[in-house]
Amino acid sequence: MTVVEGVHIDEELIPILVEVSDPEIPVLSILDMGVVRSALVADKHVHVKITPTYSGCPAMDVIGDDIKKALEKKGYTAEVELILSPAWTTDWITPRGRKALEDYGIAAPLDAEADKDVLLHGKRLVKCPQCGSTNTKMVSQFGSTACKAQFQCNDCQEPFDYFKCLK
Amino acid sequence: MKNTDLYNYILGIADNTLILGQRLGELCGHGPSLETDIACTNISLDLFGQTRSYFQYAAKLKGGDSTEDSIAFLRTERQYVNVLLVEQPNKDFAFTIARQFLFDVFHHLFLEQLQQSKDVNLSAIANKAIKEVSYHQRFSSDWVKRLGDGTAESKERMQDAINDLWRYTDELFHTTDSDLVMIKEGIGVDVKKFKDSYYQRVNEILEEAKLEIPESKYFQKGGKKGIHTEHMGYILSDMQYMQRTYPNMTW
Repeated sequence: MTVVEGVHIDEELIPILVEVSDPEIPVLSILDMGVVRSALVADKHVHVKITPTYSGCPAMDVIGDDIKKALEKKGYTAEVELILSPAWTTDWITPRGRKALEDYGIAAPLDAEADKDVLLHGKRLVKCPQCGSTNTKMVSQFGSTACKAQFQCNDCQEPFDYFKCLK
Repeated sequence: MKNTDLYNYILGIADNTLILGQRLGELCGHGPSLETDIACTNISLDLFGQTRSYFQYAAKLKGGDSTEDSIAFLRTERQYVNVLLVEQPNKDFAFTIARQFLFDVFHHLFLEQLQQSKDVNLSAIANKAIKEVSYHQRFSSDWVKRLGDGTAESKERMQDAINDLWRYTDELFHTTDSDLVMIKEGIGVDVKKFKDSYYQRVNEILEEAKLEIPESKYFQKGGKKGIHTEHMGYILSDMQYMQRTYPNMTW
């Protein structure tokens, strides 16, 4: 498990939390996504702090419920708190998370500079998750969920989602 | 309530994002193309998310049985303090874009400052929201340029929309009594300080879009005091319908 700086998750909770995923991107564990900021256990009671990817992300309520369910199944009681600061960034997605996104058909976020070049100046840097070509174009800055943009590959013609860089 | 000024101040921010979010939500399934439809509703979702954060905080300040929902749904028209700009109807896509653009430029400058607020909750919300609003601003600016520098028809419509909505821009820089108290305490943002930057940014994009910058000096105001245009009642009757028909319903 890659631990992001500033994140505190008690060791015994990791195997449980890693099983909880984003309902809109089921292949991606919430730990790899970086939305869990802390999970501390005391007397079988767990206090979990999660942070939303986007303010209006409708997945947050479901994620909160899923965390509670997963922990209760293992004999814990749990409370989930939503925190806004520090604000989530795509940098918190772990290398394993990025790989999971790519395998699922979603292009992983580029760094902020490259992201700007793509979205503002139409540079071809986003790699098609189907055929690997970077000969791709943006169809729309907004995609199927708040965190994604719509792209299309000019080589294999497949449309795909690109996870927007958020910093 | 001890923090009346702070409460009012929060509503002054969040009513803008609520009503604009509602307006954009009306386009769900009605956008001019699939991509723009999705973009407008995505922006709507961001704005509603931000509104929830503000209202949850406001409800905490108000105490009692106040909730984010009661603040959103159970006020009367005169109690909403959004600026008139955000309640203007979608009309055609040029109007939707012009309204969004004129608000986004303000919103981004506003959040830049709100990040420095002494109130930790407000600065945290601003910190989160500004990342989303950068995308909104990019989207609406791009479309202003595309329509303004497009066909004769799109140019005319874009120019009409800018001319028509221009009169609502000055109100963005008005301050209420609560605003002044909050500015003094280092919690609120002094909007007057970035008024020049606002018009400068807006004008730059309009020039790039080969549109004319309106010269009219007549400006409309009232929203921040709860005096709205005729459109507001219709928005509320739509938005509040479920809560008024089935009081206290939850999803």
